[in-house]
Amino acid sequence: MSAAAGSFARALDVVTRVRGVRGAMLVARGDGLVVAEQLMEGIKGGAVAALAASLAGRLHRTMVTAGLGPSQFWHLQCDQGALLVVPAGETLLVVAITDPEVNVGLVRLELLRASEVAT
Amino acid sequence: MSDDVKALSTELAREPQSLVFLRLGEVLRQRRQFEAAARIALHGLERHPHLADAHDLYARILADRHDYERAFDEWDMTLRIAPQHTGALKGLAFLYFKIGDLTQAEAHLETASQVAPDDPSIAQAFAMIRGEAGAAPPAEPEPSEAYEGMPSGDAPAEPTRLALQLPDERIFAGLEGAQEGLLLLDAAGLVLGGALKTPEGTDVTETVAAYLAGVSQEAARTARLLGMGGWRGLSAEGQGGHVYVAQPTAESMLLMVRDRSVPLGRLGMLAQRAAQVARAWLERQR
Repeated sequence: MSAAAGSFARALDVVTRVRGVRGAMLVARGDGLVVAEQLMEGIKGGAVAALAASLAGRLHRTMVTAGLGPSQFWHLQCDQGALLVVPAGETLLVVAITDPEVNVGLVRLELLRASEVAT
Repeated sequence: MSDDVKALSTELAREPQSLVFLRLGEVLRQRRQFEAAARIALHGLERHPHLADAHDLYARILADRHDYERAFDEWDMTLRIAPQHTGALKGLAFLYFKIGDLTQAEAHLETASQVAPDDPSIAQAFAMIRGEAGAAPPAEPEPSEAYEGMPSGDAPAEPTRLALQLPDERIFAGLEGAQEGLLLLDAAGLVLGGALKTPEGTDVTETVAAYLAGVSQEAARTARLLGMGGWRGLSAEGQGGHVYVAQPTAESMLLMVRDRSVPLGRLGMLAQRAAQVARAWLERQR
């Protein structure tokens, strides 16, 4: 395993060990491709990564335009779960897919840690 | 100084890292020595910033001092650390009850009752909330102990009394174009109401609306792909502020922007309330 692959795996480990996290991915911000993933069976990682990158782009442009600075964390709340995302450097996103009852604050902290490990 | 306060203070002085500050702070709170109680709670939080009970204690003190906005933040933080903390669930139920949001109050009590089914104060609070419809205008509520059981006599406050809630008139003013950091869009990103300016005063309404076009569809697709049902809200944290996107109707989006002093959890609550107002406004336009 290369050094980069090792650090990516460690970054995802940090997130997926939180109770209620169904999976985590590292996604390329530019093209929405999956760089690394640890997902439960049945999750369509590629499609979710593409949409997450697109949403991240829209939010980034919105926030910068509104004078709020780049997005540091975002959270899509759904009826039966959530998608939580943190940028990792200029080129990556760390994405977590969670159950509805997850401790969002804790996942956020671990995503921020993972973003440091991955970059 | 009474004996128990003296004993607890001595114990805390001997072992500053211990959790005895929780007992000492609570004793002081119950004696309505709020300044001293707050000092103890804050010292405890400095040493134990991730201790849910410490945030809960400080929230109780703030609520007793009628500082509901900060009490909300502290209970919100408590739940982020310990999502099943019944004290925080009851505390937030109390605050929602005070602003007249009985649905949210009941939802928090419902969660609390699942965690602590034998807690009699939850049943008592439920009984009061369910009997609240048509209640007479309230007297100034007395918060002490109310969030532990919300005893009768503590009826919801008038909506404009609390900073916790944005008055409907203000939200409507935002939707009509005032500088409120509220923007109502249709699904194609066309502005239906509101306006958005940067902190420097530049109007960025149209640009932001264009960037947000399609967010609703992408959020819905993501939720569907993940088998998570529908999407309820999208929040984002920036260096200079927070945003929340809600969906008042299937064909509209509402963006709320606030500076970083408004925590994301509370922003979500405010945005969902604004979405309710926007929904009513949209229905009136038809």
